[in-house]
Amino acid sequence: MKLLLDLFYIFARIGGFTFGGGYAMLPMLQKEIVDKRKWATQDELMDYYAIGQCTPGIIAVNVATFIGTKLKGFWGALFATLGVITPSIIIIMIIAAFVSGFQDIEAVTHAFNGIRAAVVALILSSVIKLSKKSIVDKITAVIFVLVALLSFFTDISPVLFIIAVAFISLGINMIKAKKMKGGEEK
Amino acid sequence: MIFFELFFRFFFVGLFSVGGGLATLPFLTEMAEVTGWFTQTDISNMIAISESTPGPIGINMATYVGFQTGEGFAGTAGGFLGALIAPLGLTAPALIIVLAISKMLLRFRSSKYVEWVFYGLRAASLGLIASACLGVARIAFFSADAFSQSADFFAAVDYKSIILSVLIFLGVKKFKKIHPIVFILIAAAVGILFKF
Repeated sequence: MKLLLDLFYIFARIGGFTFGGGYAMLPMLQKEIVDKRKWATQDELMDYYAIGQCTPGIIAVNVATFIGTKLKGFWGALFATLGVITPSIIIIMIIAAFVSGFQDIEAVTHAFNGIRAAVVALILSSVIKLSKKSIVDKITAVIFVLVALLSFFTDISPVLFIIAVAFISLGINMIKAKKMKGGEEK
Repeated sequence: MIFFELFFRFFFVGLFSVGGGLATLPFLTEMAEVTGWFTQTDISNMIAISESTPGPIGINMATYVGFQTGEGFAGTAGGFLGALIAPLGLTAPALIIVLAISKMLLRFRSSKYVEWVFYGLRAASLGLIASACLGVARIAFFSADAFSQSADFFAAVDYKSIILSVLIFLGVKKFKKIHPIVFILIAAAVGILFKF
């Protein structure tokens, strides 16, 4: 029960401070889930992001569900997921009910512009940190650069990138394995 | 019962929108047309509010739309109920699907085929995150409005934001112990003080 409440609380804190969607959650997950609590490894976190992008639903929620399941099965998934969505629900409820023209308040705009600059720096630091584990050779470096640029400059859905790379990656490794086997036989 | 319908409509959005919060947008636009529960103006308000509040954007949008819909039928109390039901409907299918995938993944974790697939996927996933980072950087550092008015590239660059971003990047490298939340709070304060 302690772990379930921890899951709820940690994910609520992450949800409450994520500005700009699921990708912006990455630095927070790295700190809380990987570095501090060791609930998942860097590799696992990347795997969850990869699958979370091509399964239906919100990426942030999907990643929370993965980590919750890993730790405590169904209940873990439920508590982590409810945790990550609770701050949103409360904050938006208050704004929708009591504050009109929230997005036009000057201080909100200024604060958010500042936060955006911070989010760029935080995500970039995370990407650099994760690259050591995810980009392991020339092939993965090419995949990284191509996906980053194509996704930024075109409107191709992230789902297509994930599916295409899954097949390419499987193919490359099968060829590699075959070559190695062939080499051994000679 | 309107609230059941609200739940199931959002359940379907959650089932079919793949690839992040903004992917729900086309579904919401269609929902507005079909049901008349909320207007296109509500949708544009919703995007502005969702992007300037914390939390996953898709959840923020569902909560806002749920509130508008519920309020339209049963006043403020209905609004609160709607704001609860819509995001729960949206997350329910993902919870079920990811739970199933997650259990399979734990079982096949050590399979060499799974490892072969993830070898490239991790790099692709990181590429998508880098692309999202570029997207935020474009909005944060460059004003499209100012550029369309003056057509002067350098006048449209937001130097204040770039400086803040670089300082925070160096701060993250130097002080590894500091929580990202602290940097976000500092950036918000700097934004208000220096009128970003």
